[in-house]
Order: sequence, then C-alpha cells, then structure tokens
Amino acid sequence: MIEFSEVTKRYPGGHEALANVSLTIAQGELVFLTGHSGAGKSTLLKLMAAIERPTSGQIIVNGQSLGRMKRAALPYFRRNIGLIFQDHKLLYDRSVFDNVLLPLHIQGLTGPDAAKRARAALDKVGLLGRERARPITLSGGEQQRLCIARAIVSRPALMLADEPTANLDDAYAREIMDTFLAFHQVGVTLVISTHDQNLIRRYGGRTLTLANGHLTEGAAESPAGRDAALLTP
Amino acid sequence: MRVWITHHLHSLKIALGRLRASSAASLMSVLVIGVALSLPASLYVLLANAQRAAGNVSVQPEITAFLKLDVDDMAAEQMAQALAKRPDAGAVTFVHRDKGMDKLRKAGLGDVMAGLSSNPLPHAITLAPTGADPERIDRLAAELRQHENVEQVSLDANWSRRLAAILAFGRELVWLLAVSLGIALAAIIGNTIRLQIYAQREEIEVSRLIGATDRFIRRPFLYFGLLQGLVGGLAAWGMVSLLIALLDGSVARVALAYGTRFSLAGLAAQETLILLGLACVLGFTGAYLSVTRTLRHFN
Repeated sequence: MIEFSEVTKRYPGGHEALANVSLTIAQGELVFLTGHSGAGKSTLLKLMAAIERPTSGQIIVNGQSLGRMKRAALPYFRRNIGLIFQDHKLLYDRSVFDNVLLPLHIQGLTGPDAAKRARAALDKVGLLGRERARPITLSGGEQQRLCIARAIVSRPALMLADEPTANLDDAYAREIMDTFLAFHQVGVTLVISTHDQNLIRRYGGRTLTLANGHLTEGAAESPAGRDAALLTP
Repeated sequence: MRVWITHHLHSLKIALGRLRASSAASLMSVLVIGVALSLPASLYVLLANAQRAAGNVSVQPEITAFLKLDVDDMAAEQMAQALAKRPDAGAVTFVHRDKGMDKLRKAGLGDVMAGLSSNPLPHAITLAPTGADPERIDRLAAELRQHENVEQVSLDANWSRRLAAILAFGRELVWLLAVSLGIALAAIIGNTIRLQIYAQREEIEVSRLIGATDRFIRRPFLYFGLLQGLVGGLAAWGMVSLLIALLDGSVARVALAYGTRFSLAGLAAQETLILLGLACVLGFTGAYLSVTRTLRHFN
C-alpha cells in the first residue's frame, strides 16, 4: 500500500524533517506512528498524502509514484485517501451535514444518493442526530468524529490520521480509537500518528518510531525488514 | 456527462448563494457595473437616434441641378438620360416638378403650398456620384452650372460630409468609452472576486486537501463573475431605458416645434442581447483572470 525508499525531506531554510526513511506498509495494516514533537510524524503523513513532496527518494502509495505525479493528477489521488487532521479543518460556515457532503460534491455526487452516503457516514461516527447543527456547537470529540465522517464518506482504502486524539480527554480518545478500529476491521489501511504511549499499548498494532527525522523502529512489517530496522541506530 | 452537469449546477447554486449572502456589497458592484455600461450604451442609443433623425438625408454626396422654368418635360427627361450615360454621374434621378410638389406636401409643408395658385417648382435632376473624390464632384457640378438648361446647382456634399464626420466621431467615442470602461469593469469584477476568494480561503484549502480539482474550485467564482456581469448588464439596460423615457417627452416637444414627429427609440432586442452578452463576457473575464492569479498565490 505504502512504500518509502530512502526518502529525505528538507524544508526551505535547510531544516531536515526526514532523513533517509525507508518503510513498507501493507494493505489492511493498522500502524501507529510515534515519536517526540518535531520528530517528523506530520511530515511523514504529509508525504503519504502528497501534501508535501520529498526532496529525494521514492514514495509509492496505492501503486502510484508520488514523486513524478503531475499536479493535475493530485486531486484524484487524494480522493482515495481519508485525511484526519489534529485541528479538524472543518468548515464552520455550513452545517455538519454539508461538511460531510463536501467530498461527495467534489466528486460530482449530489442529490439523494449523496445524502444517503453522508447520513451513513455520520451514523458510523454517532453524529446522525446532529446533522443540522453547526460544527462550532460540537465538542472537541464530536468535531474530531465529524472530521472522520468526512474522511470516510468517500470510502477510502487508506486513512491517515495526524494526532487525532491529541486534544481529547481519555474517554473521547477511546471513542475515536474504537471508531478507527471498526474501519480497520473492514480492511481499511490506517496510519495514525500519536505520542500517547498508553493508546498504543492498549490497541497494539505495529509501531513506527521516529526520532529527529530518522526511523528508529518498525521500518518493515516482514521479519527481515524488522531486523534491518533494528540494525540501524 | 451527468457528473459534468451536476458540477455546473452545483457551482451555479454556490455562486447564487454567495451573491445572496453578500447582497449589499454585490448590489454596490452591480450598480457600478450598470453605470459604467450605461454610459457607452446611452451614447450609442442617442447616436443611433441622431442618425435616424438625419436618416432621410443620404450621407452620400448629392448634386441637384434645378432646371430653368421654361424647360419642358421632354427636354428635361432627355437631359437626364444623357447625364445617366456619363460614367461619373452615378445614379441619376429625374424629379418632375409635380413630384417635387408632392414631396414637399408629404414633408409637412402642405400648409405653405396651399396658398399658391400654381406650382413654383422647377424640374430637377439629382446625381449621386459614386466616387468619393470631392474634386471630381466639384468638376461635375461646375460643368452642370454651364449647361444652358440649368438655373441653379446645389451641392450638398459639404454639410453631409460634416454630418458623416460628426457621426463617425460619435461612433469612435462610443468604442473608446466602451473599451476603456470595459477594462475598468473587468478590473472591478476581478477585485470583487479576489475578495471573495480570500473570504473562502479556508474552504479552498480544505477542498484541495480532500481532492478538489482547480477547476472545481474555480467554477463557482466564474459563475459569480458571470452573474454579476449579467445583473450589471440588466441594470445598465434599465438605466438606458430610463434615460430614453425621460428624454422622449422633451425630444418630442422639440420635434413638434419643428412641425414633425420624432420619438426616441431605445435598445432593440438584438442590441439588448449584445449588451447583456458583453456584460457577461466582461464578468467572466474579470473573474477568470482574478481566480487564476489569486489561486496561484495559494499553495
């Protein structure tokens, strides 16, 4: 599903966010991405979603090489990815329902079909009763669930979540994680970045650890890959 | 195809919603567009009316030779036929004195004519030389003056030339005004759109993250510009119609004082369509340039 080979990302100004990262994530995997703040978790997710481009190295997601992808092809690539942001990135000028409709409108789907799918997505995250509400009136946990509903409404095979539980208390965080787990069980590939070690312990799953832009643990899921990862300091 | 139609309907809906949401600001720019468009449009309409008022007078130079009163019908007609054979004479018309009288009557001067016991008019021959060369026309007129049958020659080339020049100047003025105001309009609409884009910045960024193409983002703004242009065009049409309605009364009074009837004509259906079409094109162009430029700054 996702393959990084010797990927380096240097931002303008010289800051090296990721150095020589190689990793493979198979279809249907649940992967936690962890590490201290500034270790490169967000950058790694942004590279997977082609929000940023690598300075060097190759990235293949969904069988598509992102380095060579044309600008015009990007939107179509993104439609197959469900993105969940720490700050939700909701649109506050429209209802909960319209927020979930947006990805469908972007794909040219309107009318009763779209409404049905939007309702199904809201139902899955437990927000069906709030569809006419404004996002600003929702709690932090509800806003995060709305963000998830928007990400899943186009039924992506891959979901990338950047610190989805960072601003939530434990009960809310658990709710969100349970939602994620349900998607994992139906075959969705999930990459979740978090610095909450308790969460990782509770839910298990494979863990990729980043430190100062280097991948220090969990580079490949195959045993051979795991050994190789252990050998690199 | 269905997706395409859905996209366009959706964009139109968004554009209409934004127009409604920012109704005060939109109303202001629509007024500006209307006033700017109505200036050249009004000038055009007034010019068209002036041309119509002068319509019976041909702009082509005309020579009229009034024959002596004692020249009989036969001789006059023979002379006309002889002139018609000349290559430089152009279209030659023989106007019998009785027909000349009829013409005057029809022109509304019947009251003056009623007091006369006999027809005071001579036979006349009019020539419409084809070439625009004024020297040749002058030569032809001089030649006619020498003719034994001719009493008087009138050459109306000068004033018709002046009229033609004034009208041509007016038309040029219309174009100049239209072009310069058109550019200003595109800029005004472009600026409104730019503000719109900044207001929708968050939506644009989120849409891009979840797979919106540039075309999808651009489309509602283009519709917005198009609609603004269209409504502005309608406003301009209303202003021109109002102007015509206001002026028509006084123009009719002036015409009446001269013993004729004249009523101002507004924009014809075809001209109205052209005005609205141009307004739409300007709105679209302004929006397109602005969106393309502003979106490049994002990302």
